[in-house]
Amino acid sequence: MKLLVCISKTPETTAKISFSDDGTSFNSDGVQFIMNPYDEWYALVRAVELAESNGGEVTVLHVGESSSDIIIRKALSIGAHKAARVDAVPTSSMFVATQIVNYVKNNPQDIVFFGKETIDYNGAEVGSMVSEMLDLPYISFASKLEKQGDVFHCDRDIEGGIQTVELSPPFAISAAKGMAEQRIPNMKAIMMSKRKPLEVLEPFQVDEKVSISQYNLPPSKSGVKLIDADNMEELVRLLKDVEKVL
Amino acid sequence: MSQTVTETKHISQKTDQYQGHDYYGVDALLSEDHLLARDAVRDWVKKEVSPIIEDYSNRAECPYHLFKGLADIGAFGPSIPEEYGGGGMDEIAYGVIMQELERGDSGVRSMASVQGSLVMYPIYRFGSEEQKRKYLPKLGSGEFIGCFGLTEPDHGSNPSGMVTNIKDDGDHVILNGAKMWITNSPVADIAVVWAKDEEGAIRGVIVEKGMKGFSAPEIHGKWSLRASITGELVFEDVRVPKANILPNVKGLKGPLSCLSKARYGIAWGAIGAALDCYDSALRYSLEREQFGKPIGGFQLTQKKLAEMITEITKAQLLTWRLGTLANDGKATPAQISMAKRNNVHMALEIAREARQIHGGMGITNEYPIMRHMMNLETVLTYEGTHDIHLLITGMDVTGINAFK
Ligand SMILES: Cc1cc2nc3c(=O)[nH]c(=O)nc-3n(C[C@H](O)[C@H](O)[C@H](O)COP(=O)(O)OP(=O)(O)OC[C@H]3O[C@@H](n4cnc5c(N)ncnc54)[C@H](O)[C@@H]3O)c2cc1C
Repeated sequence: MKLLVCISKTPETTAKISFSDDGTSFNSDGVQFIMNPYDEWYALVRAVELAESNGGEVTVLHVGESSSDIIIRKALSIGAHKAARVDAVPTSSMFVATQIVNYVKNNPQDIVFFGKETIDYNGAEVGSMVSEMLDLPYISFASKLEKQGDVFHCDRDIEGGIQTVELSPPFAISAAKGMAEQRIPNMKAIMMSKRKPLEVLEPFQVDEKVSISQYNLPPSKSGVKLIDADNMEELVRLLKDVEKVL
Repeated sequence: MSQTVTETKHISQKTDQYQGHDYYGVDALLSEDHLLARDAVRDWVKKEVSPIIEDYSNRAECPYHLFKGLADIGAFGPSIPEEYGGGGMDEIAYGVIMQELERGDSGVRSMASVQGSLVMYPIYRFGSEEQKRKYLPKLGSGEFIGCFGLTEPDHGSNPSGMVTNIKDDGDHVILNGAKMWITNSPVADIAVVWAKDEEGAIRGVIVEKGMKGFSAPEIHGKWSLRASITGELVFEDVRVPKANILPNVKGLKGPLSCLSKARYGIAWGAIGAALDCYDSALRYSLEREQFGKPIGGFQLTQKKLAEMITEITKAQLLTWRLGTLANDGKATPAQISMAKRNNVHMALEIAREARQIHGGMGITNEYPIMRHMMNLETVLTYEGTHDIHLLITGMDVTGINAFK
């Protein structure tokens, strides 16, 4: 079984977010990057578990520059067998999806894993683009993936409940919380990851159809004002004169 | 019933929001190995140590189950070659692992320091091939717990005065004496014990649990390192096979080289405790408001925080340099003494300042500060006291021995 896990890089969750003065690019100075948690905790770990129990090979694929190598090594430490990196700045979802499609065409896979979204731009686009371009069935927001004989059962989180689907490889899937548990690599695995292959690939040219014109931070939240329950007058005054909603 | 409820409450009381602090970009001096090792141990501590440590510490109980976890993550002897059960990593990797463990708790770091630097290391460095094969893999995997017996009731700072001794008895030796303040002793499967032979030379002896005449009673009533178990080692005519004597070392150099290794780890570990206190104090100072603004907005609080991060940054650079020297095999015992002394004292001062920033909350176990502060009192004393390390530096720079 060949399992591909597409991993992206994202600012660490407590990073302070700021943009260039003209608002057209993200300011990455002093920002720590991590592997996207949905890719790591759920997609990668589940792929590794499936390979452990059924046999198979897990490859991690990343589109990014060499500064991402530490994230790839972490994925190898967690248990992926080999890695490939398309050496390019991941400018858009379409760009990244095209690189993944190109890789899968050259290296056919049984299952292509994604995280349900990357926690920076929250696009949740790459998985569906890839499956469309490769004409693969796509299960999004899956919280469970089990193999029974030749078929896979998965649970999808839907509004107010769970949908269970059944399908056979090849397919693509995006992992949500619940699919697996965090796996912390140990020192031996970290040292061993150095000996696992990492292939660096040239990017495939893509005509960008979307460009970013502006980033804006959300308006800063103002504090909550508590008004005494008996003080109706003050409440009306604030709503009328200050907030101007009445 | 009500007891169960309190316990659950204690165990899940809060999430660990710790974040590392790297004011001078020291991370850029670290390799991928170091960063991956550090982050893995940090994650492990958040998952396994932080949720339970206040409770265990409060009850003065050792979280024994962590021995297995420490072994699995690879915290025992990370810089010992893989074929002997270690991790095959360098000295800086060992350092960052100790830093992250002590960020969790000095007692948990002590569990790992003793096993790796004081038990596995002497067997690896001074043991016979047979001893290495017999003990190291089991120690590395946590199947065996080890302890290190040097200190005696009447000989602490002056270990060369020890009275524990071995006498020849054919293919055995007869061991007599007592050791005091021994981390892990009551639960240890083996003890590396330092004793004088009939010529007065200090030898390392591996004593196994269950040998006749050997006991290891627990020391109770510690206000420090409460989550670490400490005890005595008592030897009454214990017959130990000669095959259990470490063949390749004689004299104080044996135990001292182990201590150098452990002290090196403590120099890094102390930064972890300091970082945890600083991290908590910084967050608290921004959340807690008095006189209409966050207390972090007052100059006196800022002075405390600024001095803390300055001292932490200096310590980070000191240990990084020490680690680089250690990787080249050039770190001298005196350089290690300087770093151990400086960093532990720094961490203790930071714990005290951080405690003040937390006000009354700082004395409770809602925050890790008092636990670190109390732990660090041990760290200041064990592995060579604060003053003894000063005398080592003094002797090193003047060439004059001021110990006696
Ligand atoms: C929790 C805990 C765990 C420990 N674990 C271990 C262990 O696993 N294995 C082990 O072997 N030991 C262990 N120790 C022992 C520790 O290393 C000793 O406590 C330490 O070496 C100090 O010895 P002492 O307590 O006998 O103090 P002393 O040596 O009696 O010192 C008392 C004071 O006198 C000062 N002093 C002594 N000599 C001089 C001098 N020449 N000049 C100036 N001042 C001096 C000291 O600095 C100190 O302030 C542990 C201790 C503790 C508290």
